[in-house]
Amino acid sequence: MAKAMYMHGDYEVVRNHKCINCRICERQCANEVHKYDEKTKSMTEDSDKCVNCHRCVVMCPTRALKIVKSDNTYKQNANWDMQSINEVFKQASFGGVLLSSMGNPKAGTIFWDKMLINASQVTNPPIDPLREPMETKLWLGKHSAAIQRDAKGKLINTLSPQLKLDVPIMFSAMSYGSISYNAHAALAKAASALGIYYNCGEGGLHTDFYQYGASTIVQVASGRFGVHKEYLDRAAAIEIKMGQGAKPGIGGHLPAQKVNEDISQTRMIPLGVDAISPAPHHDIYSIEDLRQLIYSLKEATGHTKPIIVKIAAVHNIVAIASGIARSGADIIAIDGYRGGTGAAPTRIRDNVGIPIELALAQVDERLRAEGIRDNVSIVVGGSIRCSADVIKAVALGADACYIGTAALLALGCHLCRACHEGKCNWGIATQRPDLVKRLDIEDGTEKLINLVTAWKYEIEEMMGGMGINSIEALRGNRLSLRGIDLTDTELRLLGIKYAGESI
Amino acid sequence: MLLKEGDIRNVSGCAITSVIDRSGKKINGKSMIDSIRVMHERSNGLGGGFAGYGIYPEYKEYYAFHLFYDTKTAKELTESFLIKHFEWITEPSPMQTHKIAQIQNEPHIYRYFLAPLPKKLQSSQLDEAEYIVHTVKTINSTIEGAFVFSSGKNMGVFKGVGYPEDIGQYFCLDEYEGYAWTCHGRYPTNTPGWWGGAHPFALLDFTVVHNGEISSYDANRRYIEMFGYKCSLQTDTEVITYIFDYLIRKKGLTFDEVAKVIAPSFWSTIANKPKEQQEEEILLRRLFPSLCVTGPFSIIVGFEGGIMGLNDRLKLRSMVCAEYGNLAFIASEEAAIRAIAPQLDKVYVPAGGEPVLYTLYEKGGN
Repeated sequence: MAKAMYMHGDYEVVRNHKCINCRICERQCANEVHKYDEKTKSMTEDSDKCVNCHRCVVMCPTRALKIVKSDNTYKQNANWDMQSINEVFKQASFGGVLLSSMGNPKAGTIFWDKMLINASQVTNPPIDPLREPMETKLWLGKHSAAIQRDAKGKLINTLSPQLKLDVPIMFSAMSYGSISYNAHAALAKAASALGIYYNCGEGGLHTDFYQYGASTIVQVASGRFGVHKEYLDRAAAIEIKMGQGAKPGIGGHLPAQKVNEDISQTRMIPLGVDAISPAPHHDIYSIEDLRQLIYSLKEATGHTKPIIVKIAAVHNIVAIASGIARSGADIIAIDGYRGGTGAAPTRIRDNVGIPIELALAQVDERLRAEGIRDNVSIVVGGSIRCSADVIKAVALGADACYIGTAALLALGCHLCRACHEGKCNWGIATQRPDLVKRLDIEDGTEKLINLVTAWKYEIEEMMGGMGINSIEALRGNRLSLRGIDLTDTELRLLGIKYAGESI
Repeated sequence: MLLKEGDIRNVSGCAITSVIDRSGKKINGKSMIDSIRVMHERSNGLGGGFAGYGIYPEYKEYYAFHLFYDTKTAKELTESFLIKHFEWITEPSPMQTHKIAQIQNEPHIYRYFLAPLPKKLQSSQLDEAEYIVHTVKTINSTIEGAFVFSSGKNMGVFKGVGYPEDIGQYFCLDEYEGYAWTCHGRYPTNTPGWWGGAHPFALLDFTVVHNGEISSYDANRRYIEMFGYKCSLQTDTEVITYIFDYLIRKKGLTFDEVAKVIAPSFWSTIANKPKEQQEEEILLRRLFPSLCVTGPFSIIVGFEGGIMGLNDRLKLRSMVCAEYGNLAFIASEEAAIRAIAPQLDKVYVPAGGEPVLYTLYEKGGN
């Protein structure tokens, strides 16, 4: 085996005179960065092991620690930046596929930031959400249905099953395995309290969480992990995972070190082996096959639950979405190329797929042009960072948004992007019991509730400013957006006018 | 150069008024002129119009088309199209008008009474109403300088650029009698004034006059355009008319149900209603969420046999209703009603989202 090439770490741990050698940092760091040196009676650190998760910084009682970007550098090169060089070193050393976690961190146009929201002046009044009702509630699913009446002329409910959402936000799929029991518990409890849904991901549903079934979306992915009759029956809706924004074209990957007893039970897989989902569903090689799975799941659950089909935003997204809208799906979830992941090949995460804003705008437009927008709801994710992103997504045409990374941040994640290593110091992306217990379920639940509640207030304020008091009147309302710093092509694809252009 | 309606989205403030005699007795068009005149300050001279119902009893079986032509060519093209698809009940005639100084730059205005050619109708595989809608759409979108602004039976729209009281005089409305009238005075903020852009907006026998600026416009427009409508004027009134046409003519909802779609009660209000009512209102909101209309509006919809008034659910625009014997009134201001009926049995202000429906007694009216 080749010798590993030395690379210094990107970050340096800096300790100041306030350190009292209490060794809390040492106990808190699963990466073993900090060590107490008996000889010098002081703390030392190995910065190369640091993933910059900030656990030690936060826990240090004397504020003696900080982590800074290392200024150690190779000879400056605009083409060969340090990361590119180091990645070559890594692959030359180990001969493997580079793995990464969380969403694509690279610079590139974030279209959310290039769209501006409207407000009312003079000709119609803004509405004050503190004094008037402001509605963020909506129903997800198919809205088109026949108008039928009973003998007395009363309208009969002919609608397909729908999901009632109090805010247009849901927690996106994160499997038990990729994240911890405590993280799942907090997501389930918060979703239930908020009147929204969390998605258990492709790793099955722990029996402890069956009680939150009415707030749970369960996934059926290509690995079929943990899928059984009761799993489907417990859920409020079933999501067929065809793809994921962080890794379009490949299946999920749970490293063996994360597969403990509980995970193996829930996933119905052997203990301590990698859980790798196949790239395709091997019973779905075409759109007509997808239709069969959709109807199989509907039949299996007595046509009582909406079926979501989740796809990654790729070049041909418009035609794919149109096909899905005609295949019996009730909801299409589209995941953009900046979407997060617990583990994905770096090259795929950073290079495959397209931005969610463009995918959403084009899919919504096409489904309307074909007159089938009412057949499905559209849920978008990857990545939604704040309430303004939600407003912009809805105005472009989304029914609701999935948030993943933002929810993890609320639980304490500091976006160090080392989930695949399984040593999350925040107790989120790990299965090590000593780390998992650091995440307090009640506190995590409250933080998630706070986050979504805060976003709800902000959504209400922005809607009120526009004189819109129902989220339904914002959906697809593209005149409420204007573009800035965008090309004509980008404006055309987004279907919005440039800032300053009159209505 | 300023762009005309259709090239830009157009918003405006306005005055609206209406009257119906529920016994079916005819009311002279002059009363509408007298009613709207007192709301002069609510218009700015850039548009006014009227819709009269029951005004063509001698031709009540036939579609009365009112057209604006900018050029002789537009007229020739339109007539050659119409002759292929309709039987002409009367010779085309210029609309009777009375030249006054206040009204300038008027287009050529013609009226036709038409019946679809049975063979053409049959081969189109459309019902008669849809055949008419297609005809109107084809003329308005493909013949430059031609605009059908009225296309119903036994009713007609009269509108143009000017103050509504002058427009009424220009069209000699004192020579028409109908059982119901609606009227509109316009206060647009960004139009040079185009005759076709004045209101009422009409499709078949539906007419809408509207005061407000809806904030849901693009959500409503993009939804309704899925069903074959094209919002070419980009006005609130146009999209509201299409919503009524879609929900009533194509989906078979009642006016009351339409009100619960476009100005639904808040979820919190619905939660406190009796169970059966809750079920109905929730179902309608779930069926047509994208037709929820927000932002200020007061509208009066005219249709064969009645009128309906509706406010947005926060009641951000004024709207008053009144009754006197068989007469019923809906208007922006009480003064507009008192101007033509000083004595009233009842005056009331409907709540936001509460529809007011007055129909002929023979249609089961109240």
